[in-house]
Amino acid sequence: MSLIECVRVSFRSIRANGLRSVLTMLGIIIGVAAVIAMVAIGEGTSSSVASQINGLGSNLLIVSPGQATQGRVSLGAGSLNTLTMADAEAIAENDSVAGVAPSVNGRAQIVWGSNNYSSSLEGTTADFLQVRNAEVAQGRFFSNFEVTRQFNVAVVGTEVVSNLFKNATTNPIGQTVQINRVPFTIIGVLKSQGSSGMTNNDDRILIPITTAMSRLTGGKNVGTIYVSAASSDVMDKAQQDIRQTLRAKHNLRPQKEDDFRITSQSDILSTAQEVSSSMTALLSGIAAISLIVGGIGVMNIMLVSVTERTREIGIRKAIGAKRRDILRQFLIEAVTLSLIGGILGIAFGVGAALLISKLGSLSTSISLTPILYAFLTSSLVGVIFGVYPARKAAQLKPIDALRYE
Amino acid sequence: MRPVIQIEDLKKQYQIGDQEIMALRGVSLTIDEGDFVAIMGPSGSGKSSMMNVIGCLDKPTSGEFYLDGQPVSLAHDDELAVIRNQKIGFVFQNFNLLPRTTAVENVELPLLYGGASAKERRERAIKALISVGLAERLNNKPNELSGGQQQRVSIARALVNDPVILLADEPTGALDTKTSEEIMGIFQRLNDAGKTVILVTHEPDIAEYAKRIVRFRDGQIISNEVVQERRIAQAEEVRT
Repeated sequence: MSLIECVRVSFRSIRANGLRSVLTMLGIIIGVAAVIAMVAIGEGTSSSVASQINGLGSNLLIVSPGQATQGRVSLGAGSLNTLTMADAEAIAENDSVAGVAPSVNGRAQIVWGSNNYSSSLEGTTADFLQVRNAEVAQGRFFSNFEVTRQFNVAVVGTEVVSNLFKNATTNPIGQTVQINRVPFTIIGVLKSQGSSGMTNNDDRILIPITTAMSRLTGGKNVGTIYVSAASSDVMDKAQQDIRQTLRAKHNLRPQKEDDFRITSQSDILSTAQEVSSSMTALLSGIAAISLIVGGIGVMNIMLVSVTERTREIGIRKAIGAKRRDILRQFLIEAVTLSLIGGILGIAFGVGAALLISKLGSLSTSISLTPILYAFLTSSLVGVIFGVYPARKAAQLKPIDALRYE
Repeated sequence: MRPVIQIEDLKKQYQIGDQEIMALRGVSLTIDEGDFVAIMGPSGSGKSSMMNVIGCLDKPTSGEFYLDGQPVSLAHDDELAVIRNQKIGFVFQNFNLLPRTTAVENVELPLLYGGASAKERRERAIKALISVGLAERLNNKPNELSGGQQQRVSIARALVNDPVILLADEPTGALDTKTSEEIMGIFQRLNDAGKTVILVTHEPDIAEYAKRIVRFRDGQIISNEVVQERRIAQAEEVRT
């Protein structure tokens, strides 16, 4: 019997028991749909995380204060205040470094007329734009002169503008606002960048770091120093230079540990990707189990089908079907069943992924690999779980099968 | 006359639990081409076992069996499948048609396993159905046909591969008298055209449509005689 005939016969028998076939397929459908949706979510998340991290800046190195230890117990990153403006200036002198933007962070209340808004405040230097991959949409950024002279100027994000000036058509540039009761002049608006991870890049106020330290946050220490390396080739060199500079600056003896930490963008990226890929693996593992359960459902229904159709098998054998004809017929039926389930599952999975990215905050990315993988797996499930029932059918003796009531 | 079936000292033994049952105790029988033989006997006489062996559905325990000159007793399962497909046409008491399958597709079935092309299958199936008077019922499914019509489909299916023997197991068992006569008329017409027919039945009236009656009892042939007053079916009425 030809392949096409087998497929035709199996379609007929699947149709003859419509509801039963659909219920059987449901296991496969759910399994495949789950795999597709999970992989899409996993890949979507990891690529959006990657783009967020890349959006932080180019060739970015992040220098953060070291961890204090108390009786050998680490108090966590940032528990030491070891970085200063002088450190930042020293780092900038290295050839491998293109820009240095030290920063201090805090929250601030910004008031304009009767409107007020609370946003995050960051004190930084003129290198911010270059180091952090930002652009000014309107007005200008503050200059190094303004930084050294502690000018009361501010550059704000679009979110701040829309919240502070509400419906007013006022041009924000040149307006005087109160930031924590200190008057500032808005000189620029940042180009919208969207959010990266948990932080909204459009919801911030930037002021000269010197102004921030003296008038708002107090203290002499800077929180984090963002450094951009001269090029991607000198990332390692830049990291070494910064380390040497800081060790010399902090008078650390050779056996002493660093009291700061340098993280590169690629470190963050690979950590984030590791997390999301193990997440994807976990989710697809769970989904794969439901595929196996679906396969058992197929096997179960094929066994029922073989018993029900014992007489048909007898007739077919009596008029000349060989073992392998019967084997092939039932195997193809099992594969057809699970393949239809697989195709429906792919459709549902893709649909679910699209729906999730449309409705929810999770981004999804649908690629061909998991679809092919699901397609192959579901046909493999059909073969694996169809072999036993099909063999059982093929081994029936024609006289016994014909006599079966 | 060329013998199509030659059986020598055939024995068939079954194991049921720890009991051994001798269903056939050394049977010898020759059936020539063009003969019309009725095999009779009460239940348990061995006639069903005999039919299973002749139909290549079951293998004898010992003895020789030549079908159309070919030794069959030692053939294995797949070879038997080919022999059943090519040389034997089965007609069963309960028709044994595939449900949800049209008449013409049922008739095509043996050709499907024989490896004919789709076009050839269709043509030959239609021809076979016409020859049993079902030209108008090609695309009906078994549940849309009367018992007599279903049996005609089953005869068409048996004929479609032009087998050496037609083997009918109680072909009229599920039919009324009038339809039975029609069916026997078809067998007689096919036999007149040269087809060898073997009929297994327990009804003496039906057996009398054959040319010869072989009687079984306790696994042995007790008589093998020519029918003296053969019944001839009235010209078969073709109902379509």
